[in-house]
Amino acid sequence: MKSIATIQKEIIDEFSLFDDWMQRYEYMIDLGKSLPIIDQKHKTDSNIIKGCQSKVWVYAELKKNQVIYTADSDAIITKGIIALLLRVYSKQHPSDILKADTSFIDKIGLKEHLSPTRANGLLSMVKQLKMYAIAYQTQLN
Amino acid sequence: MIDVKKIRDDFPILKRKINGNQLIYFDNAATSQTPQVVIDKISNYYSNYNSNIHRGVHMLSQEATESYEKSRRIIQNQFNAKSSNEIIFTSGTTHGINIVASGYSNFLKKGDEIILSEMEHHSNIVPWQMLCEKTGAIIRIAKMDENGVLILDYFKSICSNKTKLVLVSHVSNALGTINPIESIISIAHSNNAVVLIDGAQAAPHIKIDLQKLDVDFYVVSGHKLMGPTGIGVLYGKESLLDMLPPYQGGGEMIEEVTFSKTTYAKLPHKFEAGTPNISGGIALGTAISYLNEIGFDSISKYEKSLLDYSTFKLLEIDGLKIYGESNQKTAVISFNIESIHPYDLGTILDKLGIAVRTGHHCAQPIMDHFNIPGTIRASFSFYNTKEEIDIMVEAIKRAKLMLA
Repeated sequence: MKSIATIQKEIIDEFSLFDDWMQRYEYMIDLGKSLPIIDQKHKTDSNIIKGCQSKVWVYAELKKNQVIYTADSDAIITKGIIALLLRVYSKQHPSDILKADTSFIDKIGLKEHLSPTRANGLLSMVKQLKMYAIAYQTQLN
Repeated sequence: MIDVKKIRDDFPILKRKINGNQLIYFDNAATSQTPQVVIDKISNYYSNYNSNIHRGVHMLSQEATESYEKSRRIIQNQFNAKSSNEIIFTSGTTHGINIVASGYSNFLKKGDEIILSEMEHHSNIVPWQMLCEKTGAIIRIAKMDENGVLILDYFKSICSNKTKLVLVSHVSNALGTINPIESIISIAHSNNAVVLIDGAQAAPHIKIDLQKLDVDFYVVSGHKLMGPTGIGVLYGKESLLDMLPPYQGGGEMIEEVTFSKTTYAKLPHKFEAGTPNISGGIALGTAISYLNEIGFDSISKYEKSLLDYSTFKLLEIDGLKIYGESNQKTAVISFNIESIHPYDLGTILDKLGIAVRTGHHCAQPIMDHFNIPGTIRASFSFYNTKEEIDIMVEAIKRAKLMLA
């Protein structure tokens, strides 16, 4: 299992290959399209994170001491960022998830999507990922 | 006729670059940009006569008071109010609506009805819901049709002697529809209902004559009128403003205070507790004078040409649907492109330096009506050009290729 730091570095390296924002966004859009969609039965109102701009659904379960996240959004760029966040956080131990930060998003030039002014649900999603990790950490203790 | 090139020189912000692209500002329905004369007026206030109004005997206070009150008279003349006592400075449209909604909690009772249109901004919905929670009055909704046009016959059918208040926007912020407020006011008055018109989206584009309209309350925001943020105006007929209780207590709004009883100041000060946004009030007068110099006839004609041009150009894009197709519109276009989320399109346009609004535009009931999560809204002002619209259309085509 790769550590969160390793995965973050891989993503930063991948993004450093892009010359401009167009390529970055085209990649994000492709990621968004390939994101394994959350199981329909978890796409419920209780798993929804509302933003004024786009909606995000997130669900998590604990398997073999790892938190497995699935998520979805109605907007494709939001989904692309979700795909990156899940690549970093999913299948990790809750204590590692709690220690990790999201500064890699700044480093790949997508900071504005995690800004509170965007109201796209992503900032709340990151909080929600951590909330799940806290809950599962408590379960493990 | 409008000399756009010359006008654009009045707005320093239009020279900005965003992500290396020349800024194209199409979010005027949210906030209009500020001409240099208005910026200078604010700067001049703080550089030369910053002080508190209506209080000091000193020169600075007198100058500030005179400028502030002069601005009130400019606004009175602009909107043709009978008296400057009817012009209350507020922090914006939302504040103005809350003053009235809060005041009417003393006058409504269970079973009374108030009518809101389906196309209201949240700020013309929520204060009335709060009023209804307090009083037991009931909200009835004046519906619109599939073109985003208010159904006047339906409004007539729900307006009765139970109707105490009618709250309608002059122009819809999300759709640009100009509502037939003359008819609405006349129908409401024939049922003895009081009418508040949210004029935030109308005042920058249409010349308003309050006495001719015979409207009871009218509210506007400075930041959509080429003025600063945090300033607005509540107009109310003097008899109604006299009847309403003060909204906030504090300095300025009193005549005499003892611990046993306070008597309130006369209009307009009764509703202006505390130190107001003095530079904002003064600069709003300057902004309105600026608009008048250009002339509302020229503004309306020019903006209509931008609306017609952009409607024509946008409809050439495959899968693009415009929401709000009234033949009476201000220069606002709300649209979506088939299978593309407005957030995605708005994000790409931002990268290309084009500022549009995306989302539900604080008017969720409208989005529910059309069963959509939101729209892209391009809203134009007299400093925008057809060339900018061409650039937006090309940008949308490019974004569409990326997102498809």
